Order: sequence, then C-alpha cells, then structure tokens
Amino acid sequence: MSESVTFRFEVDGSDFTSAGQASVLVKKHLRQLGIDPEIIRRVSIAMYEGEINMVIHAGGGEAFVTVSEEDITILLSDKGPGIADIDKAMQEGYSTATDNVRSLGFGAGMGLPNMKRYTDSMDIKSEVGVGTDITMKVNLI
Amino acid sequence: MMTVAKLCEVANLCTIVCPEPEREIKGAYCGDLLSWVMGRAKSSDVWITIMSNINILAVASLADVACVLLSEGVKPDEELVKTAEQKGINILASDKTSFELAKLIGALI
Ligand SMILES: Nc1ncnc2c1ncn2[C@@H]1O[C@H](COP(=O)(O)OP(=O)(O)OP(=O)(O)O)[C@@H](O)[C@H]1O
Ligand SMILES: [Mg+2]
Repeated sequence: MSESVTFRFEVDGSDFTSAGQASVLVKKHLRQLGIDPEIIRRVSIAMYEGEINMVIHAGGGEAFVTVSEEDITILLSDKGPGIADIDKAMQEGYSTATDNVRSLGFGAGMGLPNMKRYTDSMDIKSEVGVGTDITMKVNLI
Repeated sequence: MMTVAKLCEVANLCTIVCPEPEREIKGAYCGDLLSWVMGRAKSSDVWITIMSNINILAVASLADVACVLLSEGVKPDEELVKTAEQKGINILASDKTSFELAKLIGALI
C-alpha cells in the first residue's frame, strides 16, 4: 500500500574533490520530498561519512537511499578491501587513513561512530578481500 | 538576531564569498578534523577552521553551518571560492587566531 522511492548513486573512488556529492544530492532530494530538516541533516551526515569511507578506503562504490513512509534506508556497497575487525573500526579514533588523506582533514576515526550516532540502526557486513555493505536506517515515525 | 552579514561587519571579518548574508548565527564550533565537525557542529553555527581544501564545502553544507570562518590568516584558493559561490556557502576569513575569533563571536551572540 505505502509507496517508496529509491535514489541510486555511483560513488567515484578516484576523485577526492567531488567526494560527498551524492550526499549533497540526497539532501536536495529529501528537501523536495518535504522531509523534516533535522531528519535530513542526520541522513545526509551519516551518508556523507559512508560515502567518504568508500572513496578513501574502498576505491568507490554504490549508494542507495530508499524513502518509505516509515523510514529512510541508506545502503552503501563497495568491493573494496573489507574491514577485518569491525568492532575495532567502530571505535572512536581508530583509523587506517594515509598521511595524504589526513592532511585534508580526514582520518580522525570518527566516521563510523558518527554514522551510528546519527541513525536509528546500523548494520555492517564485510568480508576481507570481497567488500563491505553498510545498511543504516532513520525512522520517520 | 545575529546574521552572517552583521557578524562580518561588527567583528571586522573579511568576506570571501557571502551568497547567504542573512543566515542566522546561533553558535560556533572550532575544529579542523572533518568527522569531528560533522559529529559536533550544530546547524547555524559559525565553523572556525584552518582547513581550506575543497572538501570543507560538503561538510559545511551537510552540517548546515551558517558560514565557514577561516582563521589564522588562511587564504582560500580560487576554486574553493568559485565552488562556494555556486553552492551557496558563506566563507569569511580573518588573521586572528581561532581562540580570539571564538571569544569575539561568543561575546556577540
Ligand atoms: N568501506 C570501507 N572499506 C574498508 N575499510 C573501511 C571502510 N569504512 C571504514 N573502513 C575502516 O574503518 C576505519 C574507521 O573508519 P572511520 O570512518 O570511523 O574513520 P576514518 O575514515 O579513518 O576517519 P574519519 O571518518 O574520521 O575521517 C577506517 O580507517 C578503515 O580502516
Ligand atoms: Mg571515515
């Protein structure tokens, strides 16, 4: 009965200067759908952190954002190196970012914790050498 | 109500680009590590930073800050200015330290 809409984005892993573009577009789309500004802020920040991680750590990937009546679901999928120890990666301050990336202001090890903080649920499925799928949900009701 | 244009004038800051001069300012956040800013800055804050690479624009837009304030005499490059203008992001600058700027803004809002 309830209709949902899905946006799909390709995240380019080679271009740092345009990193974050998908998240900025999501913000725009959600605004057009009339979603509450605080919800938009949470969704777009969580997505940004995931998008940047795909650029920095996984060479790019795909993002899907589905808006239903009940919630907004963000799925980030990459075929990067995977995360060996998810618990460790979730810790504030843990980062494997290179010096080059750190000089741009990334690499504080706060991205995954932010994603958890700003969403109502978060699930990470990752296999070393295969890739990473992260699903996050923000409730609308 | 404190706005970006008013702050600029009262605090004698340099306007780099100001496509949204009437944006309200409600607070401030100092930080250079992007994920800290994403996690801690609030909507309508002044974001005081020494970071001036192009990635600050997406952060400013998504964290929904009122403006970016480049401190310590940091100079933005042309590409940053051009893109900020297109994206509607306010950028100010000053030679003062981040601490001095935070103190100044704290006294004004
Ligand atoms: N999509 C991914 N593929 C492979 N490894 C990842 C991925 N996302 C995160 N990681 C690993 O988890 C670590 C922690 O990620 P997190 O986003 O918290 O910090 P960061 O990206 O290193 O720094 P920050 O997000 O603060 O700029 C990363 O340093 C990286 O080792
Ligand atoms: Mg990260």
